[in-house]
Parts: sequence; C-alpha cells; structure tokens
Amino acid sequence: MKAVCFVKSVPDTETRVRLTGNRLDKSEIKYILNPYCEFAVEEAVRKKEAGIVDEVLVISMGPSRAQEAIRSALAIGADRGVHIEDDNLDGSDAIVTARVLVEAFKKEGGLDNYQILLFGLRAIDGDTWSVPSMIAELLGIPAVTNIVKLDINGNKAIAIRMVEGGEEVFEVELPCVFAARKGLNEPRYPSLPSIMKAKKKPITRYTISDLGIPSDAVGKVGSFTEVLEYTLPPQRQAGKKVEGEPEQVVEELIKFLREVANII
Amino acid sequence: MVLVVAEAREGALRKPAKEALSEGRRMADKLGAKAVAVIIGEGVKTLLKEISGYGMDKIYVADSAFLKYYHPMAYARIISEVVAKESPKVVLMGGTQTGRDLMPRVAIRVGGGYAPDCTGYEINGDSIIAVRPAISGKVIVKVGFKKYPAFMVLRPNVFGVNEDIISVSSEVVEISFEPTEVERKQIVKEFSIKTAGRPELTEAEIVVSGGRGLKDAANFAMLEELADLLGAAVGASRAAVDAGWRPQSDQVGQTGKTVSPKLYMAIGISGAIQHLAGMSSSKYIVAINKDPDAPIFNVADFGIVGDLFKIVPVLIERLKKEKARS
Ligand SMILES: Cc1cc2nc3c(=O)[nH]c(=O)nc-3n(C[C@H](O)[C@H](O)[C@H](O)COP(=O)(O)OP(=O)(O)OC[C@H]3O[C@@H](n4cnc5c(N)ncnc54)[C@H](O)[C@@H]3O)c2cc1C
Ligand SMILES: Nc1ncnc2c1ncn2[C@@H]1O[C@H](COP(=O)(O)O)[C@@H](O)[C@H]1O
Repeated sequence: MKAVCFVKSVPDTETRVRLTGNRLDKSEIKYILNPYCEFAVEEAVRKKEAGIVDEVLVISMGPSRAQEAIRSALAIGADRGVHIEDDNLDGSDAIVTARVLVEAFKKEGGLDNYQILLFGLRAIDGDTWSVPSMIAELLGIPAVTNIVKLDINGNKAIAIRMVEGGEEVFEVELPCVFAARKGLNEPRYPSLPSIMKAKKKPITRYTISDLGIPSDAVGKVGSFTEVLEYTLPPQRQAGKKVEGEPEQVVEELIKFLREVANII
Repeated sequence: MVLVVAEAREGALRKPAKEALSEGRRMADKLGAKAVAVIIGEGVKTLLKEISGYGMDKIYVADSAFLKYYHPMAYARIISEVVAKESPKVVLMGGTQTGRDLMPRVAIRVGGGYAPDCTGYEINGDSIIAVRPAISGKVIVKVGFKKYPAFMVLRPNVFGVNEDIISVSSEVVEISFEPTEVERKQIVKEFSIKTAGRPELTEAEIVVSGGRGLKDAANFAMLEELADLLGAAVGASRAAVDAGWRPQSDQVGQTGKTVSPKLYMAIGISGAIQHLAGMSSSKYIVAINKDPDAPIFNVADFGIVGDLFKIVPVLIERLKKEKARS
C-alpha cells in the first residue's frame, strides 16, 4: 500500500504581518512546512516504518519555496516529491488548488497507486480547512478530518476524529482522505543525516500544461472567490494593570467583570 | 434565497446552528429574499418547530437512522440536491468541525465560492462580500464571490442568536434517503462525549485558560472550580497540553482551537504569538501573571500582576460570595 501527503509552505508562526496599501507585504516573511502537514507526514512515515505502507509521496503546489517544504517532508522520511509550480497559479483559491492537486495526483497514478491520502487539517496562512474535503469530493472517496488516531487494517481504517465535546470513531474503507491535527503524533526532528539524504531524493516538477490544465482555469481568473482587500485587525490596547494585595486586586477585577465586561 | 444548514446533535440544535439560522433570517431580510433551512440526522423531525421559530419559510428534513452521525458524503449529497432545487444565493452553516468539513464538499460539488470562518459580511447590490480573518487572525480579508451560491461558514460566537420566536408556518419538505454503495463504506461507529458538563470551548461565552504557570495537572482543579462558578469552559496553552496536564482538545492557539468568547481569562500564560492567534478576537481579555513584562498584558483589558496561587483562591471565594448573594 502507498501513501501520499499533500503539504504546503506557509509563513512561519512568528510572522508579523505587514501590508503595503491593502495588499500583503511578503518581502520579509520566512516560510516553513505547515505545522499541520508535519503531523500528516509523520503519520505516513510511521505507517511506513510499521510495514503498512511501502512508499510515501509528497505533493505540493506553490512557488519555488514549496521545494523547501517538500525537502522538510523528505527529511522526516517521505520518499519522493512532486512540485507543481506555475506563475499562472498565483491567486488560486481553495477550489482551484484542490483541482490542480487532484490532476497532479492522477498523473502519479491516483487512487490506483495510493490508498492513504494524508493532509494537514488546515494551512495556517489561508486557514480555509477545505482542500482535504474538496479533494475527497472530487475523487469520490470518504474523508475523516481532524484526526487524533489512525489505525490501518488491511483495506479498512479506524480513524478518530476530534469534534466539539467529544470524538467520533469512523470506520472507513480505503482509499480515504485523512486530515491530521495536533495530537495525532509527535513529529520528529529530522537528524542531520536525514536532512542530507533528503537533498538527494527525487522531486518531479509539473507546470499546469504538463497536467493538461488551461491557464484560464487557475489563478485569479479560474477561482470562484477573490481576495478584494487585506486589512489589519484592530490593534488591542493594553488596558488596566493592577498589582497589590490579593483581596484588593480581586475586588478591582470583580468591578471590571461587573461594570465593563458585564458578566456578573 | 438564503439556505441555512442546521446542525443537531443528541436531539438538540447546536449553538452555532442557532447562530446560522438567526443570521440566515437577518440576511434574507436584507436581501429581500426567503430563508430556507435543511436539517439532517436521526429523529430531527422533532426540531422542526424550533427551526421554524427562527423564521424559516421552508424546511427540508432528511431523517434516517443511517444519518444519525455526521456522514460527509451522504450529507453533502443531500444538501447538494437541495441546492440544485432551490438555487440559493447564499448557503450558511455554523463553524463547527462538521460545518468546516461539509461545506467545502458541497461548494466544490455544486460549483460555488467558499468562504469559511466568516466574522461578517457586506451586501453590495447583487454581490455578497465575506469578511474573515486569515493567517491565524493576523489579517482580515474581504472575499468576493465570482460564482454563486456563496458558501459561508460562520465563526461561532460572533453572530447573535435571535431570542424572539418569529412565528411563521414553514413549509416542510421531507427528503427520502437511501445510502449509496460507496456511502455504506464509511460509518461512524460511535460518538463518545468527552466534556465534563462544561460548555464547549469554541462556543463558550467565557473561557478560563491556564498555562505553564499552573505548575502541574492537579492545580487545574482550581481553574475548573473558577470556570464552574462562571459557567465557563476550561482552555489551556500548548505548554500545559504538551506537559500532559490537559487534553489536546483544550488547547487554544494556532495549533489548537480558535475562540471568540465574551471573556477570556489567561492565567499563568505568557501570551506567545501562537497563543494569541487563538484568542485575540475575544471581546475582553483578563490576565493573571507574576511577570509584569509578560506579553499577554499588551492585549489584556484587565491585568493582575501577581502570583496566581494567591489570587485565584481569593477570586474563587469572592465569586462564591457573589453567587450566594444573588
Ligand atoms: C508551530 C508552533 C505552534 C504553536 N501553537 C501554539 C498553540 O496553539 N497554543 C499555544 O498556547 N502555544 C502554541 N505554541 C507555543 C508558544 O510559542 C508558547 O511556547 C506557549 O504558548 C507557552 O505557553 P505558556 O504561556 O503556558 O508558557 P510560558 O511561556 O512558559 O509562560 C508561563 C507564564 O506563567 C507565568 N507564571 C509562572 N508562575 C506563575 C505564578 N505562580 N503566578 C502567575 N504567573 C505565573 C510566567 O510569568 C509566564 O509568563 C506554538 C509554537 C509553535 C512553534
Ligand atoms: N498548495 C497546496 N499544496 C499542497 N497541499 C495543500 C496546498 N494547499 C492546501 N493543501 C493541503 O490541504 C491542507 C489544508 O489546507 P487549507 O484547506 O488550505 O487550510 C493542508 O494542510 C495541506 O495538506
């Protein structure tokens, strides 16, 4: 059985966002492998180490920096990468992204070759949490998103999905999409030899014409939504800060809760 | 027409569903359009009257044992059929895990634009513009739709629930349902409830969160007591979760949950940027921290510099007195 992981390059979690006019200023952003994708790759690699999976493919769509995200995944232990890069892709929304990723996946043999499709629950830049479900829908297969446990048994899987106030235990037949969250596993820190080895692993590159996708089906033109404007959220102001005897500061807090926050 | 996907669990409408129904009615009024709801599950016919009370002109109901638990493919198919029949301008759903899993499926299936985690919207003539945070709340984006229906998932706790019952007699349309071969290959075997009677973190009006400053798991009993006095949910920083003091489901932040309560209390939490990513849209923030330079104070509306082990017990006693009085 083979597994495929879809990974994305995203701004570092420490990033402070700056705007130029009402557009995003990307000049000083550092990029990392999306933390949620790390859980996905780690899970696939563990399934390989457990002898359940014999190949882990990594697919990423994005500008040249997506190569680094793929290399990070290869350093965790994935076997090879696919990088879809094309200037026309700039401005693509989740629906276009899902369609392009599906075409690349099909080019690699699709569901005939890969039965376990792993994703991060969310990419921490767009925060749409939608590409995994969209790809499952396009492929006509089930999906279990937000998983904290994944057991594979022959062509069946038991996946535990965290929902508000509890957990749903899904039983599914493969092929299936799984979207990982924190708690599924503890991603390893790749060793230096693994990082060196990752540099030699193959990465196949596709443009959209390699995938048979016309340029007007992607990017801003092909998308169903467009970002019209970026603004910064209202800056929070530091409010009142008190120090002193517990009884006295608690009294002031009670006053705040009653008169300002209105909750008691 | 505005279509609202209502969500029920254990025989009751969920709070984000009530918010979506309420906003669906308000939006429909602004558009001068009808509001239609769809509800899926087992035994959900009992909810028709309540749903109708939100002013729904029509309600589609799919009631079947197979649909007892969330089923991504089956639910998506049912909703897509309703969309095909009704051609709504907008489809709304509350931002639960289910909403965020289901709406993308339906959007790509029927070919409409998708905007999740909406905190607002604008109506501009014939167009809808969704307002939503991105990059973990560091920017706010306005999203325009080029293909309708516009699928919008609403962030919980942002849109108010309409408390007044709008009396209309909704037309009810029953959807007959039979699972397909493929749908039978995916089932939820069980649903286990893990909350100890406290409100769900993402839906709570008040959240009391603890961090590394709590020192160990046992000390969270103090925060639970405080939370129960306030009717609050208990949250945690990643440091507290990774130390094993709290379950993963309690984590607030970039790799945990996003919360927008009325009041967020950060106790023994420094206020790292990844933590702020999950709670900075709270209405009021209170911080208790012994370090006067902790970054949490930069965002706190009310901060107490001091030892939480001295302050929290006093606060608990004070709130008990308050309770006894009222
Ligand atoms: C990719 C990535 C994702 C992350 N995601 C998240 C996330 O989702 N959520 C999250 O929370 N973090 C996240 N983090 C971690 C984040 O960077 C911080 O490490 C974490 O939030 C720190 O938790 P803390 O505030 O509890 O601990 P600390 O930073 O150690 O703060 C403890 C605070 O307690 C105070 N304190 C100690 N004792 C007392 C006392 N007796 N009385 C009063 N105050 C006291 C201290 O002054 C200090 O300010 C992430 C990090 C990365 C790299
Ligand atoms: N450009 C992309 N390339 C590869 N995978 C992606 C891309 N965008 C999103 N994904 C996958 O979909 C998940 C959820 O992303 P999103 O739906 O954008 O929040 C990510 O964690 C990835 O696994």
